[in-house]
Amino acid sequence: MRLIRQAGAWLDARLQLAKPIRETMEHRVPSRSASWAYVFGSAALTIFGLQIVTGILLALLYVPSAGQAWNSLQVLNHQVTLGWFIRALHGWGSNFMIALVLIHMAQVFLFGAYKFPRELTWIVGIFLLLMTLGMAFTGQVLRFDQDAYWGLGIGASISSRIPVVGSWIVKLLLGGPIIGGATLSRFFALHVFVIPGTLILLVGIHLLMVLKLGINEWPMPGRLVRRSTYLEEYHELTSRDGIPFVPAAIGKDLVFSGMILLAIAACALFLGPFGPGGRPDPTIIQTAPRPDFFFLWLYAVLSLLPPSLETPVLLIGPAIALAVLFALPFFSGEGEKSWRRRPIAVLSILLVAVALGTFTHLASNAPWSPVMDAWSALPIPRQYLKNRTALERQGALVFQAKQCHNCHALAGAGGQRGPALDAVAVHLTPDQLVRQVIQGGGNMPAYGNNLSPAETTALVSFLETLCPAGQAPARDASRSAARAIQ
Amino acid sequence: MTRREMFLKTGVLLNGAAGVVLAIPIVRYLLSPVLREGKPGYESWVSLGPLDRFPAGQTRLAAFHNPRSSPTDGVTADIPCWVRNIDNRKLQVFAINCAHLGCPVRWFPQSGLFLCPCHGGAYYSDGSRASGPPERGLFEYRYKVRQGNLLIEAGEMPTTGDPSARLVRIRTGGATCA
Repeated sequence: MRLIRQAGAWLDARLQLAKPIRETMEHRVPSRSASWAYVFGSAALTIFGLQIVTGILLALLYVPSAGQAWNSLQVLNHQVTLGWFIRALHGWGSNFMIALVLIHMAQVFLFGAYKFPRELTWIVGIFLLLMTLGMAFTGQVLRFDQDAYWGLGIGASISSRIPVVGSWIVKLLLGGPIIGGATLSRFFALHVFVIPGTLILLVGIHLLMVLKLGINEWPMPGRLVRRSTYLEEYHELTSRDGIPFVPAAIGKDLVFSGMILLAIAACALFLGPFGPGGRPDPTIIQTAPRPDFFFLWLYAVLSLLPPSLETPVLLIGPAIALAVLFALPFFSGEGEKSWRRRPIAVLSILLVAVALGTFTHLASNAPWSPVMDAWSALPIPRQYLKNRTALERQGALVFQAKQCHNCHALAGAGGQRGPALDAVAVHLTPDQLVRQVIQGGGNMPAYGNNLSPAETTALVSFLETLCPAGQAPARDASRSAARAIQ
Repeated sequence: MTRREMFLKTGVLLNGAAGVVLAIPIVRYLLSPVLREGKPGYESWVSLGPLDRFPAGQTRLAAFHNPRSSPTDGVTADIPCWVRNIDNRKLQVFAINCAHLGCPVRWFPQSGLFLCPCHGGAYYSDGSRASGPPERGLFEYRYKVRQGNLLIEAGEMPTTGDPSARLVRIRTGGATCA
């Protein structure tokens, strides 16, 4: 014991770090800030540590070459002892980290922690969010499978729309004219050196400011922030009601971080690693690329935006969102901190959460994509064929053979890209059906060139039978009027 | 000026000059995919094989090894495309990439449509836009037939903002009343 103490004293005589470390550990924080609401940032930092460790472990075997990356992931998954578990920890760690960064950000926003004097802490935090998302995207690319390959194509296509410099950016992003060896190498450099290096630097600045400016006090309704008096009030609060960070306040952070680490381990153990999916061979086109969970909302937005709005929204939307986030502490740097008296803040968080949740949910079943095998895999329900004429049944065959089923559901099965057709005869007259089939419109292709008159007649006579019992079929009012005049 | 001040100023100047001297090659290295040191574009003529492989009246999948590939590309250098032989004299060769965001489109001869699995873009057999998010038709490669072989001018992934492949005529809007 004495030996250890002597060695410690010898080291500290040279490093002189013991005093600043002790002061940092014991710095006083408002007692109410030692709360379960203040544990998300530290947990995100803990996971970042886990990501660094598991990332280095994966780099021992991963080969960042377009020709070999996929094979090296298979080796990790199937041949190396617990390679699958390290991959799973890294993958689930990534998801948990994004989730915690977002929760931390929402908490900071709702508790008014971005207000004076912590504006810069908030701004660095936005960069940390961007870096975390950057790690997630580049990490998805390193899992070099079909989703990664086509995901890169989507990234390149979006970048190409930037005016003037778009095509340059695409080539710089891909490292050449196509997605290939140079692309994976540069995403490896970004994921392993550039972004983590920036993250470490920014986390350091973020933490330094938390220490220098103090952790946000628990917001009390009615206790307003004023630039002229805040620092004095905060100092008074910590000296009157402060507790040392270690050992009094750090306990909850430690408990929560430990629980999160165990949760990640449990997910990794029971749910396993993410992919890799199919080989990144562009000639295998039987694939439906999907982004990872935290980019699913964007996938839905890209499917649902009207074509003419897409490029402006893609290019201007992120700029506006970032401008709002950066400007927030400057136009709302004083005043009320408590979320109980900031209804717009609460509603904004709810709106963003509901919007992202809805888009993510929509993307998980992608109703805008045709069900490519519905025409051959899903039969027409029996009730729609019973007691039908030969022509109507022939029309049902046309419905399948021309792949109408890929976009239109019958009895709940089939594509959802177009409307379900179980009651189409109630909505459209036979003439309107013919026009819709031949000319298309309303997001439906025209089939005039692809259907013979006989096929069209058969198809429409089948569609005319899709009229639920007790409902009258659509009729052309002008016909009876014309007949009455005659 | 004292000797110390002179050393300070010279040191700052010297390091600044060294920075510039080093920055020029670094920037040129970083921009190499764009600058290409005066070499011509990425595109060149590649063969898709004998024309017999593509019967008249049909649309078939073909693949070529990208003319500008590196040894580390692996399978990613093999690029697919769709060849539509209209009548043995006229052909169309479409890029695999959807004109929306680049996903691989699939040809369905039954409905006569190219469909995209990502965001639901659809194109007619001649590559023109049918429906969905794309604002234009499929990208088309220039082609020629030499000694019974079909050749296309390829080498670069086509993207919406930088269409290296030719534009197929745009059919905007849905059907209109005659």
